[in-house]
Amino acid sequence: MAQKLTANRLIDGTVLYWRAGEWTESFAEGEVLASEDAAKAALAAAQDFVARNLVVGTYLFELKGEAPLKEREIIRAFGPSVRPDLGKQAVR
Amino acid sequence: MYRYDEFDAAFVRERTEQFRYQVERRLKGELNEDQFKPFRLMNGLYLQLHAYMLRVAVPYGTLSAPQLKMLAHIARKYDKGYGHITTRQNIQYNWPKLKDVPDILADLATVEMHAIQTSGNCIRNVTADHFAGAAADEIEDPRPVAEIVRQWSSLHPEFAFLPRKFKVAVSGAAHDRAALKFHDLAIEIVKNDEGRIGYRILVGGGMGRTPYIGYAVGDFVEKPDLLAFLEAVLRVYNENGRRDNIYKARIKVLAQSLGQTEMRERVVREFIEIKRAGTLQVPQEERARIEAYFAPPAFEALNDAPLPTEGALGQWVASNVHKHRAPGYAIATLSLKPIGGVPGDISHEQLDGVAQLMDDFGYAEIRTSHEQNLVLPHVKQSDLPAVFARLKALGLATPNAGLITDIICCPGLDYCDLANARSIPIAQKIAERFADLERQHAIGELKIKMSGCINACGHHHTGHIGILGVDKKGVEFYQLQLGGSATEDAAIGEIMGPGFGENEIVYAVERVVDLYVKLRQPGERFLDTYRRLGMEPFKNIAYQEQLHAAH
Repeated sequence: MAQKLTANRLIDGTVLYWRAGEWTESFAEGEVLASEDAAKAALAAAQDFVARNLVVGTYLFELKGEAPLKEREIIRAFGPSVRPDLGKQAVR
Repeated sequence: MYRYDEFDAAFVRERTEQFRYQVERRLKGELNEDQFKPFRLMNGLYLQLHAYMLRVAVPYGTLSAPQLKMLAHIARKYDKGYGHITTRQNIQYNWPKLKDVPDILADLATVEMHAIQTSGNCIRNVTADHFAGAAADEIEDPRPVAEIVRQWSSLHPEFAFLPRKFKVAVSGAAHDRAALKFHDLAIEIVKNDEGRIGYRILVGGGMGRTPYIGYAVGDFVEKPDLLAFLEAVLRVYNENGRRDNIYKARIKVLAQSLGQTEMRERVVREFIEIKRAGTLQVPQEERARIEAYFAPPAFEALNDAPLPTEGALGQWVASNVHKHRAPGYAIATLSLKPIGGVPGDISHEQLDGVAQLMDDFGYAEIRTSHEQNLVLPHVKQSDLPAVFARLKALGLATPNAGLITDIICCPGLDYCDLANARSIPIAQKIAERFADLERQHAIGELKIKMSGCINACGHHHTGHIGILGVDKKGVEFYQLQLGGSATEDAAIGEIMGPGFGENEIVYAVERVVDLYVKLRQPGERFLDTYRRLGMEPFKNIAYQEQLHAAH
């Protein structure tokens, strides 16, 4: 199953997504890691950002089509379902 | 209310500067996350689903107007314009930036506030009856005791690394509004047959994945012996509590495994040892010094008058106004449960507005409640119409305190990193379903409590109707529990059966409530009817019309 890689930016906690060796704040712009090997490689590469104290809490999550599989990651990607004025959904 | 002495002020100032240094070191890379995490948790800072979350302590739920204004300022300047009142009487912010947190703590310190003891395996911020000092059924204001416990527990070297967190509550009234029997340790102020006031000490209560009702280990502890007795309890826990399994590390598990008799014996043995050493007395002069901070305002000599019963004011009085100990005064609950709103959330405008109201009416303090509302403890009955009008303008006059739409609800999956399911949208849908005020009053006292995971921050075990959100293969389901109670008749709700889907749970709750209304006898609350009839009829009706298969 395809995955994406996420973390929080250390300095402000903002949710980030892995994109080709860098990070983006946008879920949509996050890189789809189609294979387990690609996911593992991205997770390993992301540890450099952890070691440099730029991000915390890196982990992979599964996709269903283009969207996150689990509700948790949908909410994390867009913002609280009860406050559409907050989170990433508010600035889209 | 309590004012910091030089020690308190220096302590909070030093902690703030220590944390500023720790954040600097973290951002420079001198500390990694594993090294930093214990420091941030000791200062109430979590990393949640969307961002950091800062939990600010509100000791025994008491706040002044300047403190409310500061909380509004923080919401405005550093967060997204609002705060959330928690089920432990604290307030938390959902969006602070790590780089700003030292400044937030410094701002809080200017109004004698902090975020210490709101996280980690320590003695947490002490909670108390939110009607303290005002309730008609009170023996003694519990807050001086809570403050003594706070002073004793802050930085206590022996109890800085307990097996797990340790929650203490205090109440001084016959009616338990502080959920005493569901705390790790509870202090109940009691009067003995000789008319002397002392403390009944309960231990081993708790919610979470294994809920237990606490039991007494001390039936009447003399006032000077309070801290010696608490220290005895903590020593038994610190020495015997399990550190090998986080799920079995709370004192409730130890209390259950030892049993009441053995637990009492161990505590008493420790207590005798501590007494023998001759330390840890609370001298009368020190108690009196602290009690003076909590002296009630100078109540005018008034008489009780008939309270308004008509119109919107009458509806608000019927549910949100409670009897005060002083004639001519009343206790007013400010509901943070507007229909369709987020339970417990309060905007910076509302925080400022309430502070202004307090200034204008001369109220020195306000309370946060574990039911996620605010309470004005000393309102002149003659001021109720004017106070109501001001609250209405602020959106804080929802007349539903203690009714079915006054739902306790954790942040759930919308904010919390631990949650398995959303809880706020379900609470909102239930509130909307029962929005009709006449219907709410006809239903009467009914406490719905909801959690988005087994950790039970929404106290679902003690709801007359409890709801627990669970994740089943990526889909949110909601289990019903009936018959819980957090008061003196404490009970853990009984699980009904398989969970309901997101689109079913509100209908199931409605069928249960409608059946209660149909079957109740005169004067019965939901809880009374449930206790008389048991689960079966409610279970039958809840599942009877379910459209989709339960899981």
